[in-house]
Amino acid sequence: MIHKFREKLIQIFFFLNGLSVILILGGIFFLLLRYTWPAFKEIQMAEFLFGKFWDPTAYVKPAYGILAMLMSTFMVTVGALTIAVPLGIGTAAYLSDVASPKVREIAKPVVEILAGIPSVVIGFLGIVLVGPVIAKLTGTTNGLNAINGAILLSVMSLPTIISLSEDALTNVPKSFQEASLALGGSQWQTLILVKIPAASSGIVAACMLGMGRAIGETMTVLMATGNAPAMPSKLTDPIMTMTSTIAIELGEVPYYTTHFYGLFAIGLVLFIITFIINMVSDIILHRYERQTRY
Amino acid sequence: MKNFLKIIMVFSVLLLGVADSHAQMIQVKGSDTLINLVQKLAEEYMMKNPGKNIAVTGGGSGTGVAALLNNKCDIANASREMSLKEYEQASDRGITPVTIVVALDGLSIIVNPDNSVEELTKDQVAKIFRGEIRNWSEVGGKDMPVNLYGRQSNSGTYEFMKTAVLKGDFSGKMSRMNGNAQIVAAVQADESGIGYVGVGYVKDSTGIKVLNIALKEGGEYASPLDKIKVDTGIYPLSRPLYQFVNGNPQGDVKEFIAFELSPEGQRIVEEEGFFSIPQEYVGLNKKAGL
Repeated sequence: MIHKFREKLIQIFFFLNGLSVILILGGIFFLLLRYTWPAFKEIQMAEFLFGKFWDPTAYVKPAYGILAMLMSTFMVTVGALTIAVPLGIGTAAYLSDVASPKVREIAKPVVEILAGIPSVVIGFLGIVLVGPVIAKLTGTTNGLNAINGAILLSVMSLPTIISLSEDALTNVPKSFQEASLALGGSQWQTLILVKIPAASSGIVAACMLGMGRAIGETMTVLMATGNAPAMPSKLTDPIMTMTSTIAIELGEVPYYTTHFYGLFAIGLVLFIITFIINMVSDIILHRYERQTRY
Repeated sequence: MKNFLKIIMVFSVLLLGVADSHAQMIQVKGSDTLINLVQKLAEEYMMKNPGKNIAVTGGGSGTGVAALLNNKCDIANASREMSLKEYEQASDRGITPVTIVVALDGLSIIVNPDNSVEELTKDQVAKIFRGEIRNWSEVGGKDMPVNLYGRQSNSGTYEFMKTAVLKGDFSGKMSRMNGNAQIVAAVQADESGIGYVGVGYVKDSTGIKVLNIALKEGGEYASPLDKIKVDTGIYPLSRPLYQFVNGNPQGDVKEFIAFELSPEGQRIVEEEGFFSIPQEYVGLNKKAGL
């Protein structure tokens, strides 16, 4: 009797644990909605979505457009992925198929340590190391720009991409590999033509999670991208992303004003973007799980 | 294991120590322009008065005033006056801000030493930062684009430039830097750069050039490093630097502010590159009971 009761209690305990995560997520979404709602009493939805400039403390007329920061976020994210995806998949392929077990034993933890470096440290490296190098290479006068942000974010999303892609490659059934080798394929052909395609959904999901990491990152881009709110036209322009805008302005904004609610609206847009990315990568991952079952 | 215990002990002592001294710790927060100066003042004060504790942090004038309104600091440093909105918020929260002027600043416009431009009018400065003048050749320099460096919107200096100099909005192309020191570093590296910083940041800085500024074309071009020109307002970008407290200061806070305003405190102000309080603000400080 007591035994049964205890069993039930434990069941409820774990159920509540699982439920709390959903409640927290729902709560955050609800809070964002609640604080975003009043913003649109004064801001036109069209101005918010298609307005180029964000300058709520303007001298003449406050502007509440997010297009320039959306573009900025897009630029650093795509830039980061262009660097991190080939590098990450390459590293993952090396770790899963080429490296000797000894090398793998050392390299894998090192990759995971990379994930643990605080973003403020990476931002600092962007200012003192990457910035001057970019300035010299591009012939510009200042290295705090979109390229700098893209490089730093690629470093930050690499661990996610490498470690999840490596898992996907390792999980490709051994029979696939053996079949390819038996048919006379070389190790290279097996990797490129058999294993990577077989693991493709896992790899795509890894890249998307890496992308989510890049979009939401704040401190690094805040420090290293120059923070100019104008619409960027090229990669060497200083940019101001959505996350930097929130971080810079939330500290001093008078509470419960349109500006305050507007910052939550930016937060909501960010939340929706990362939510979609995570959901899509989750769907892709599930497909991959089904595929590899047989 | 022994080491582990030691670490725990050290930590708990630290925590207890912090908790204990927190009661008498004076919290000063705000302006990045003032932070070095007030830190220096606090150090000297603590040396003279063992047992007193003052913590000075930055974040920008807006952050300091917000902290004062939220009762999170005793003194808010600011390089601008409080806005009407902030006064409204203060009265909503039952806070009576009292204004004290601690120093005078000649807001300095800095460029790279390789830039041939030596002087600008206030109007030209405004046009440059509004993004209307985009090439140095328009103000007598080389043919190269102007790169703007300024501060973020929580900065009092940003606000001062916007309302007192630009009378308009900053160009969207201006890079919003984290602090005065970052602006100095950016201008040192950028031949075509221009930035604005408190005069305390140019005194010992190498690799930058301070421009002489005139109120109008044909007027006298003055340097912010010249005390008399800043005092008399011939240098057009002079401004007082403020501290705000809740109600007339009492006890330790009063004692510290009195030290800042004393001849000794004002000597430190000058040493740090700023200027001592001119006569016109002494009366204002008297009203605060100092």
